Amino acid sequence: MKIKILGSGCPNCKVLEANTKQAVEELKIKANVEKVTDITKIMEYGIMSTPALVIDEKVVSYGRVLTSEEIKKFLK
Amino acid sequence: MDIFYPIQISVNWLVYTLFNLKGSIFGEALNFFIYDSIKIFILLAVIIFAVSYIRTYLAPEKVKKILSKRFEIFGNMTASTIGIFTPFCSCSAVPLFIGFVESGVPLGVTFSYLIAAPLINEVAAALLWGLFGWEIALLYIASGWIISVVAGFILGKMHLEKYVEDYVYNIKVKQNLKLEKKTKKQRAKEAYGEVKSIIKRVFPYVLIGIAIGAFIHGYAPENLLTNIAGKGHWLAVPIAVLIGVPLYSNAAGVIPIVSSLIEKGLPLGTALAFMMAVVALSLPEIIILRKVLKPKLLIIYVTIVTAGIIFTGYLFNFLI
Repeated sequence: MKIKILGSGCPNCKVLEANTKQAVEELKIKANVEKVTDITKIMEYGIMSTPALVIDEKVVSYGRVLTSEEIKKFLK
Repeated sequence: MDIFYPIQISVNWLVYTLFNLKGSIFGEALNFFIYDSIKIFILLAVIIFAVSYIRTYLAPEKVKKILSKRFEIFGNMTASTIGIFTPFCSCSAVPLFIGFVESGVPLGVTFSYLIAAPLINEVAAALLWGLFGWEIALLYIASGWIISVVAGFILGKMHLEKYVEDYVYNIKVKQNLKLEKKTKKQRAKEAYGEVKSIIKRVFPYVLIGIAIGAFIHGYAPENLLTNIAGKGHWLAVPIAVLIGVPLYSNAAGVIPIVSSLIEKGLPLGTALAFMMAVVALSLPEIIILRKVLKPKLLIIYVTIVTAGIIFTGYLFNFLI
């Protein structure tokens, strides 16, 4: 599973990244969490509000900092 | 009847009867501080909740679809209206700008939105309502709206597309985003979360601002500013705007102080221009916008917004 966090480095993006890593760890799944900060790459996903969560190239959430519990629902 | 009247009575009882401070300047200032704080936090909670709730219907991804279908002055008006309900943090300016331009929103309309979003701010509106009454809050919203419509319209007419950084036009969106559907309960929950996070962020500034305001209210001489910044001093408006630009992060603290200064002879138009400069233009925002705007366009943008604010200041000084 490939997970991407889209965000230009604002504090919210870091929280989302931490929550995602926590969710991945607690579910014990194999996933690669990558942070995308390049604005041109971020814009290719069609989002305008960051941070966004992308799982296997699909945008599952944007403009919101999800809790690790919320992220788990997307990972299952 | 004033809905805050019961609070005033309770505060009067607390300060004058319980603390026995009637007649002293300190009691006056303390009464002012407690009453204003309670009133402003109630207004902040109510207004932020209402605005945030409406905002859940206005995700930028949806806004860009609405705006890409409107042109010219109607586009500027729609963009400025939507800008009233949307907040603006400098970290979202770049994705917003690129997203709008990419989906075909005209540059002038994009600017109307970019100007209105920070200029008309719900925290400022709540503070103005609490400290000056709803008429002034409405006046602030209306003049902010007109500034962003006119400034965006002028920018659009100047055909400045070539001064947008070139890479912006090369970005192509690869996937079509599905807009999230939310239930009323989810929207209310989100709005409640906004109230909590905004109040947590601004409350120290508001309290410090009100405390300084209360001090000025109680101790500063009545005509403190009449002589140095009264209506006769025509340079006062631009100077107030120049001081206001770097004060962005403290918008919440600045307004209560300014409200006390008005009692001491600061003209309302000058005060309004100052507050607008505080919320509308900020250094971090200008630096961030440099990523998408070439220097020339950036300078034109800042100049037009500044001119609009200064003009509003003069207008209100002249009218009121």
